[in-house]
Amino acid sequence: MWEFILHPWPWWFSGLAISATMFALVFFGRTFGFSSNLRTLCAMAAPRNSAYANVNWRNELWNLVFLVGALIGGYLAHTFLNDGSSVAIAQTTISDLAELGFADPSTSSSGVQPDELFSWENALSLKGFMLLAVAGFLVGFGTRYAGGCTSGHAISGLSDLQLPSLVAVIGFFTGGLIMTHLLFPLIF
Amino acid sequence: MRFLKYLLVGIFFGILMAKSEAFSWYRIQEMFRFQAFHMYGIIGTAVVLGAIGVFAIKKLGLRDIHGEPIVFCPKDRGFARYFIGGSLFGLGWALGGACPGPIVVTIGYGVLPMIIVFAFALVGTYVYGLVRNRLPH
Repeated sequence: MWEFILHPWPWWFSGLAISATMFALVFFGRTFGFSSNLRTLCAMAAPRNSAYANVNWRNELWNLVFLVGALIGGYLAHTFLNDGSSVAIAQTTISDLAELGFADPSTSSSGVQPDELFSWENALSLKGFMLLAVAGFLVGFGTRYAGGCTSGHAISGLSDLQLPSLVAVIGFFTGGLIMTHLLFPLIF
Repeated sequence: MRFLKYLLVGIFFGILMAKSEAFSWYRIQEMFRFQAFHMYGIIGTAVVLGAIGVFAIKKLGLRDIHGEPIVFCPKDRGFARYFIGGSLFGLGWALGGACPGPIVVTIGYGVLPMIIVFAFALVGTYVYGLVRNRLPH
């Protein structure tokens, strides 16, 4: 059992666990949607921004607590549930990424995120900082524009067979495929 | 104390994002290159189980822990906001390799430069609020 928890989880168990997360929140009378937290934080920090002036952020505090939990969960996974393995992606992906200048995940210091983007040295270079800033900006802008992210649309929305969520997920992939296949060769 | 349950579910979510490797930039690249089943298996399993569960909740008229009927709010109608907003999100998702949940989990995991991505996600959210009346929805 402990061995199972310690190693990377198989896809079916991971999917089951995401589903369990969603239904736990549903039975608490809430909705599984992580990016609402970005709106809540904006409403708290900038109450005069018209888009967020009507957000009663006190009603959303539960989701910020969920966010803090996710932060702690990441820490616990790294500190106590770590078998030291790096992400075992497909050999074809490793070769493709090598052509763009990304080293094998096994050589990455975290084992899960590439140092080429997420080491302090690269993140604080001009180009590296710009890339992380643009990525974050697009995630924040896009997720509010689309009214949800992977949890709100791809999981909650598709589970409820919502057509707008299907359109949003098609958008997620349109953007993701353009970035990966058309823009990555120009950027890296 | 009423918030404790959200903290616990959040911790579970954080562990699950890390142990499933769904928070990894490498896994997102593998997904967008269609080179492994892993991410599709995760999302597919969650959606299939989710759809069965939502159907059952509606069919049986189940209630939440406060005794209130569970209702699922339909999303607002529209196309442009979902497709354009979704595409912009997708560009950022592939570049940074993380959507909002995994961004936070990655920071907890100790990859601290991801804080830059989180900070600019807040900037993006704020700017959307400034310009949204001029955007097609």
